[in-house]
Formats: sequence, C-alpha cells, structure tokens
Amino acid sequence: MNLLRRPVEFVKDRLGYETMKKPIDHYAPPETTEGVSQWAYVFGFGILASFILQVATGIVLATNYVPSPDTAYQSVEYITDEVRFGNVIRGMHWIGASSMVILVLIHAMRVFLTGSYKYPREFNWISGVVLLYLTFGMALTGQLLRWDQHGVWTVVVAANFAGRAPLVGEHLGEFILAGETLSGGTLTQFYALHVFILPIAIVLLIGLHMFLVTYHGISELPRAGKPVDPETYRSEYNTYVEKHQRPYWPRGIWNELVFGGLVVIVITVLGFLVGPRELGPPPDLTDLEAQPRPDWFLVWYYALISVKPHGYEEFFLVYLPIAFFVFLLILPLIANRGERHPSRRPFAIVGLSIVAGLFIMLTVVGLRAPWVPDYETEPLQAEQLGTEEPYILQGAMVFHERGCQYCHQIHGEGGDWGPDLTNVSSRMGSEQIAVRIVQGIGNMPAYQEILTTEEVDLLVEFLIEVDELEPADS
Amino acid sequence: MLYRVTGGRLGQPPDKPKSGCSGGCGCSDSAGGARPTSRREFLGLIGVGTAGLAAMVAGIPIIGALFSKPARSEQVWQLVGSIDDFEIDETVKVEFIDDDPAPWAGPAARNAAYLRRIDDEEFTAFSIYCTHVGCPVAWREGASLFICPCHGGVFDREGEVVAGPPETPLVRLDTRLRDGQVEILAAPVPVTGRRRS
Repeated sequence: MNLLRRPVEFVKDRLGYETMKKPIDHYAPPETTEGVSQWAYVFGFGILASFILQVATGIVLATNYVPSPDTAYQSVEYITDEVRFGNVIRGMHWIGASSMVILVLIHAMRVFLTGSYKYPREFNWISGVVLLYLTFGMALTGQLLRWDQHGVWTVVVAANFAGRAPLVGEHLGEFILAGETLSGGTLTQFYALHVFILPIAIVLLIGLHMFLVTYHGISELPRAGKPVDPETYRSEYNTYVEKHQRPYWPRGIWNELVFGGLVVIVITVLGFLVGPRELGPPPDLTDLEAQPRPDWFLVWYYALISVKPHGYEEFFLVYLPIAFFVFLLILPLIANRGERHPSRRPFAIVGLSIVAGLFIMLTVVGLRAPWVPDYETEPLQAEQLGTEEPYILQGAMVFHERGCQYCHQIHGEGGDWGPDLTNVSSRMGSEQIAVRIVQGIGNMPAYQEILTTEEVDLLVEFLIEVDELEPADS
Repeated sequence: MLYRVTGGRLGQPPDKPKSGCSGGCGCSDSAGGARPTSRREFLGLIGVGTAGLAAMVAGIPIIGALFSKPARSEQVWQLVGSIDDFEIDETVKVEFIDDDPAPWAGPAARNAAYLRRIDDEEFTAFSIYCTHVGCPVAWREGASLFICPCHGGVFDREGEVVAGPPETPLVRLDTRLRDGQVEILAAPVPVTGRRRS
C-alpha cells in the first residue's frame, strides 16, 4: 500500500490536485444530491455530456468531410456509405444535436421554474441564454453542412431572414452568404462557423457557466414565502449548506454521472437504430420543384412565419424574435429578487406555459405544413367517383389540372389548405361557387383570367354533384 | 518571486503575501502616499499597452480578412437562349451560370430565372426567389400560378401576390433581345427580397 501511496502522492502534489479540485469541493444543498428532487439538477450535466459527444463525433465527421460546394455532398455520401460506422457517427451527431437542443430547453425551463436565475446568479442565466442561442446556431449551421437541397436553400432563406434585421441586415445577409450572392465561399464560411467559431465560443462560455455554478453554489430548491433578498441571501445559503454538510464531490455528482452516461448511451443506441436525417437530393438551385424544410428544432419558426396574420411582416419575422431574445437575456437584471417558488410567480408560469405551448403547437403545425400545396395528388378517377358521366369526369380533370386539388380535398384526395369541397353543395349554390372561383377570396386566388367559361361551368357542375356520388372505396 | 508565494504545501491555502512589498502589487499604496506614478505602475502600463497594441496589430489582418467579401460584381447580361426557343405566352425556366464563379463553386454558381415571351419582341423575366423568405417558387402551368413550397405564397403570371404570406410581387429582371438572342440581366440572390434590380 505504502508503495502505491508514494507515486500517488507525488502526482497529486505536482499536479496541485488539492487546489485543482477546490472548485467542486464544496457543500451542496441536500435536495440537489438526494431524493426525487436531485433529478431536477442533472440536465446541465446531460448537456455537457452531449456536447462532449458532439465534439467527438464532429471530429470524425470533419476528418472525412470536404467543405467545398462542388464536392461536399459526395463527401457526406462517402461518410454515410463507405466510412466504417460512418452512418452511425452521422446518426449520433444528428441525434446528439437534437438531444442538446431538447436538454438545453428543459434545463432552461427548470432554471426558470425554480427562479434560480435570481440574485446572485444573474450571470449564470445570461451565459446560459447565450449558450442556448449558440446551440441553435450550431443546429442551423450544421443542417446546411449536409449541403443537400435542403441545406442549400437553408442558406438562402437564412440570408433572407438576416437581411431583414434592422440597420445591419444587408451586411449580416452578405456575411452569411460570404458575398452578395450564394457562391464558392458560402459553404466554407458556414464550415468555419460550425467547426471553429461557434464551438470555441461555446467552450469558453461553458467554462464561465460552470465556474459560476461552483462559485455561487448550486441553487437550493425554492420555498414559497421565502423571497430572495440580496442583503441576506448569501449568508443564509452558506448557513444552510454548512448545516447539512453534503459535499458535492464526490458524493453529490453521482446522479449527474448516471444521467450523463444514460444520455450518451441513448444517443449511441439511437445512432445505430435510427441513424441520421436522410440526405436529401443533391444541391441544385435550378431545381425549382425543391421543397426546403428546416430540421425539427427550427420548424416552430418556419410555422410561425406562415401562420402569422397577414401584414405585420417585419414585426413577426424580426422584431418579435429579437424582443424575445433580448427579454431572455436581461430577465435576471429586471427581476433578480423576490419569490422563487412557482406557486408565488403566477405571471412567470403563465408566460412559460404560453411560450412552451406555442413552441409545441407551432412545431406540430409546421411538421404537417398544411399550407404547402399537394403536387403529388392524383386526379379522381371514374371508379373513385362511382360514375361514368362524361361531364363529371371532365370536371374532375379540370379540378386536378388547374390546380384546385393542390389545396382542396374531395373524397379524401387533395391538399389540406383550403376547405374540403366534398360537401360544398350543402354550403353554397352554383352561382356562389362560380363567383368564388372567378373572384377568389382570402388565400383563394381569383381564376378569372386563368379559366375559360366552359371550365368554370364544368367545375361548378362537378362540385355541385360530387357530394351525391358514392365513392367506390367508402 | 510569484510562483514561490502561491506554491504552498498540500492541502494548504496559498500563503498570503506578507505585508510590506515582497514584489507584488500595492507598493505605492503601502508606501503610504498618493505618489503620482511609480516605476512599477509605469511598467505595468507598458505591459498592458503592448498587449493591447499586439491585439490590434494582429487583429487588423485577421478581422479584415474574416469580413472581407468579394468585390461587388456588376450585373451582367446572361444569354438564356434564342428567340425561337420560346413560345408566345409560355412561362419557362431558364438556367445560367454566374459570371466568373470560383472554380470550386459547383452547384453554388448555377442559377435560374423564369421567362415568359409576351409577343414577337417582348419578354418578361422573374427572379425565382419568393419575396417572403426566399424559397424557390414553382411555376404550375395548369393553374397559371407561381406557388411557393415553403409557406404557400402564390403569385399570378405577372408576379403579383394572389395568396399566402408574401407582401411584395416577384422581383422582375430586365430582358433584352440582341440578334435574335434573349438575354436577362441576372440579379444575385436578393438578400432581403426588397432589393430590386
């Protein structure tokens, strides 16, 4: 034993082990290391574990990826098909990115719910909010490094959004494109952002964030009727943790290691089972049938700008997001004292519920994207309509050919955006239908100059009678 | 001097610097006066100044290169076909390659526009980018509409908004006819959608 102790002592002494462990060698509030409540305190570590895994899988990807607009797509194909475990690595990087976004949001919600951003932890929150933005920045830049059809159009759309920012918009847009248009320099710009600039910023901020967590101590669970008073908070906190004598190291960290380990295992298993987001078609800016879609973590925004009320463009696209981001940043500066317990902060809870509810609703709506015309829809056939009447079938052809069916359904066939027209005859007469077609209304374009009179007549008769028909398969 | 002060024994906090000056800071204070500038403070200033100067000197090329962008290219006339390639009253997609692209630009240099022949001499051309957030609008011949696949913006064949969230018409590009060849004045990807050619 003695034989071993000496080298151990040597290493400890020369490395300054005792000083090195000081930041984590302190007492933690007992509820953060015991019981059910300890599991509310593990998400930050889960993010850290995810991030470290992202760096590892990212290094593997970077060693095989060629950030040239000409060949990036092929190199991603190469990683997927040729590199050993390449597809799994891509899967882990994709699942890991999703995991980071989810955990960052959960972590932020937990901190908000327990009011842990209040005195003296203002900068814990502010550095965390910047990390939240950087995480989304990584998600965005990563999605277009795939450099498939979605990726290329993401750049164009991102530059358009940036271009709307007040004052610096045009410069920001041109910075994103690395020029005034999409060009040879655009992809390398994003590569540098995703691989160097944003990760370095993240590492530095994680360092600050973790220093602050240990410096101010882990926040205790809030108690109703016990507001934060900057005059007394620190001494009360110290008395509390001294009384319970629960060291954070090594006893208090076990739950975080368990959670972080589980996160890594789940990501890896899903990397095997689920794999990466499928690579879209190769990039082609002249393919105008492209249907760009953001990855799921930005779908809420994609949906927001579609469902917003008409007008108010700048407000919804630019000022609302900026206002929200700024609000999150300065939150602890405008509310750093008072009650921490959720039951005493009704407005905060209502606000959080609204934001979380909107996020989920917009994501669901955005994934369905009912406003997107259904180009794939097939013309209704005689057997589906259960009739051989030529004028009905002609009407069905016009309904399909002239694009009505992109947005309107009949007997379950067609797009989702406009009303289902199967029963339209019960709502409108033939005159009304004709007027609606010719003049349009709201999001329904006027077809006056597009359709011939005969076509309008055929459509009207078709729509009036289609309700009476018995589709064969129902 | 400094390393000996902080070294310390195992498990012990670093020794506090003894009062009086062993070489650390605070000399001028402990000397008990508002002496204007000691030699040590002056040297400290030089240190800070040199570091700041170094950051600036190195920063000029680094920041400058990071934010450099290619010179603004003139808009150029792009040949998109001979007049006989186009039927009157038909809207078609035309493709062209950016002027003077980087050798590695590949697909990033390829570009498209919509072109409609109005009569013997006249053409109308539209940018393909939706004025909402810049997705590519698709021309649907049957419906005679440009439809955006992202948020359902719809434009008629004159480029006017007829449905969906966009608020401004499709950007028109200039066209001209030279010796029976059709050319359009290609605009770059509009960064804001507001910039008109």
